[in-house]
Amino acid sequence: MIFNIPFIAVTALVLIGLYTVIFRRNLIKMVIGITIIQSGVNLFLITLGYRENSVAPIFTSLPPGTIVPEGMSFPVPQALTLTSIVIGVAVLALMLSLIIHIYRHYGTLDAREIGGNEE
Amino acid sequence: MNIIDFLLQHSPALIVAIPLLGAFLTPLISRINNKARNIFVILILGLTTSIVFLLANDVFAGNIHTYVFGSQDLALPIVRILFEVDAMSAFMAIIGSILALVAVIYSWAFIKENTGLDKFYTLILLTTAGMFGMVLTGDMFNLFVFLEITSIASCALIAFWTNKGKSVEAGFKYIVISSIGALFLLFAIALLYGQYNALNIATLANAIQFSFLDKIALVLLIAAFAMKAGIVPMHMWLPDAYSKAPASVTIVLVGATQASLYGVFRVCFTLYGNTINLSPASIGWIIVLLGLITMLLGVAMALIQSDFKRLIAFSAVAEIGFIFLGIGAGLTVLGNAEMMAAIGIPAMSGGVFHIMNDALDIGLLFLVAGAIYYATRETSLDKLGGLARNMKYTTVFFIIGLFAVSGIPPMNGFASKLLIYESTFQLNPILSIVAILSSIMLLAVFVKVFHSVFLGPSLPKFKEVKEVPKSMLIAMGIIASIIIVFGLFPELIINNIVEPAVSALVNYGDYIREVIPTFTGGI
Amino acid sequence: MSMLETLLGTFQTGSGFWNPIVWIIVAALVFLITYILRGFGNKKYKKGTEQVKSFLSGNPEYEKEKMHVKGSNLFWGFTESLKWIFDILHKMHTGNISDYVLWFVIVMAVLFLLVGLM
Repeated sequence: MIFNIPFIAVTALVLIGLYTVIFRRNLIKMVIGITIIQSGVNLFLITLGYRENSVAPIFTSLPPGTIVPEGMSFPVPQALTLTSIVIGVAVLALMLSLIIHIYRHYGTLDAREIGGNEE
Repeated sequence: MNIIDFLLQHSPALIVAIPLLGAFLTPLISRINNKARNIFVILILGLTTSIVFLLANDVFAGNIHTYVFGSQDLALPIVRILFEVDAMSAFMAIIGSILALVAVIYSWAFIKENTGLDKFYTLILLTTAGMFGMVLTGDMFNLFVFLEITSIASCALIAFWTNKGKSVEAGFKYIVISSIGALFLLFAIALLYGQYNALNIATLANAIQFSFLDKIALVLLIAAFAMKAGIVPMHMWLPDAYSKAPASVTIVLVGATQASLYGVFRVCFTLYGNTINLSPASIGWIIVLLGLITMLLGVAMALIQSDFKRLIAFSAVAEIGFIFLGIGAGLTVLGNAEMMAAIGIPAMSGGVFHIMNDALDIGLLFLVAGAIYYATRETSLDKLGGLARNMKYTTVFFIIGLFAVSGIPPMNGFASKLLIYESTFQLNPILSIVAILSSIMLLAVFVKVFHSVFLGPSLPKFKEVKEVPKSMLIAMGIIASIIIVFGLFPELIINNIVEPAVSALVNYGDYIREVIPTFTGGI
Repeated sequence: MSMLETLLGTFQTGSGFWNPIVWIIVAALVFLITYILRGFGNKKYKKGTEQVKSFLSGNPEYEKEKMHVKGSNLFWGFTESLKWIFDILHKMHTGNISDYVLWFVIVMAVLFLLVGLM
């Protein structure tokens, strides 16, 4: 049961992030919600790579007595997670700089007042 | 080996690498001169287009090209990224290269007065490289990475006119929607990786069974790609993003949207192809139903708009519905051999041919809208009028676009729409009735635009409006001539270009057999 | 004759044929006939008199800017009679980004139900 806690945490993070994006009106809170969804998906990716009682997959610094390669955790999900974290940082920076421009034009950060445009 | 064989062997990597290299060299070259930078960008895209045509020529003859970044030993799992080009990928690459080349030729005069142009051309080249990567790759995580590259570069391009608040807001909405769609896509990829320890599309298609987690992954993939492609009711970012962007950016954005549409079909046909007898026709009927709702709602919303580009954007949504209808009808009968030959292949030919026709027609209409904006600085239909006297060539191009979008015979829209009407009528008559109805309403919408913009008395405030500069006319002329040629000789295009793409989608076994030679099964 | 037959046989739908080249030739013939018929009209008229002014059933003619039918006034009958549909659609497109993501979640939930029950 204890090994299922990361997966329950992933579901909780994604649902909290979706709730924040849908039901909050401030643009900054929406961006925080997207960041929470990103954290949830990254956690899911890295949980997939865990083997029970395994060590880090580095060949040159193994603790003595490790079976190679069954004693090491998978390295590929760690590479995928790093890529995803970097993409998340770039998207976050872009969204925040766009919010700065929007604030200069409209003077408010309320999504309902900004979005009420022409037909 | 001579230069042609060398180019052909390395072409999947060159098609992505040359625009990427050009994108990073453009700020350096723009220090010399503006004209040098424009010529450099056109040369890069011209070179890429010629390599795409070279590759497409070989792929349509029946060979599937693969290109391996990493280890060549196919026994080891995940130590490589594989680019796999079959006829459907080459078809989408042709569309993307034509749209990008026309956009850059158009931008020579359209965007000349603005500052920050070196960043503009860099971002257009980056978007093009991302779009090529999305259609040429054979690896799911690589598809996610290129999707993110395309959406980040397109978001910056949509918000290009930062002095207007509306453009920046449209860019923000686009990046939020793209980011959420891509995150759910990554969730589905992680689900599939966790079950089968593979990221390659062919390897996954070999190993997939339709378990409960696979069903969740299928729903997430279809929903995320459909949202990026503009399916109702998730389409609402599309009018905002298309109407507030500069016109040459919109035509590149149309190409990026078609690449997400390609993602839906790659998932449904190739990735889940082997389970098609476990999951019966329901997925096809879901796609057909989404296509019907998209057509009706897009056309209904287009009729009440008063902003020029927003109206064209809603009709673009309706055209995506046609593509979903055609290919969904083919997916419905995929397991059944004789119904496939009677209904499925014509419907899918119509749908796939309509992808190219839709990109060209909607692109031409957006270029005309951009030309009107360049000449008069007005976008509202209530304030325009009587422009046919001053801008004769633009009027002719708009008439060609009007005929093409509503499916009137000498243009290419008629050929693909006739195939869709005929084949879906045999499946269920209501489908083709709805399709014909929405075509007629598209004609009504664009006749409304034609009257209120081009016909009527000449208004005094538009007395000194002149024709747009030559580079914009050349760009519109290229697309108009392709539309007329495709309309006059549709059977040439269908036999040589569309039929290989359709058979590449239906016979998913060929795709898998390139990577795993011992694969049995498949149609 | 066989080349003409193959040319006419393309795009046969079973209830007529729709070859685009034949269609263009027929359209050009119709334009030619219309142009010849137009040439039979009366070419003599006096400029500057009442013969060239437009007739609006006796109503006065305003200046050009007010006489042009604007874009949003076209198809008024259609949009007014179906006003209930267009009002619902117009209210659906709020421009609020939270609603866009809400629609995505709704469609995903509906697809889960449909695929799960399959």
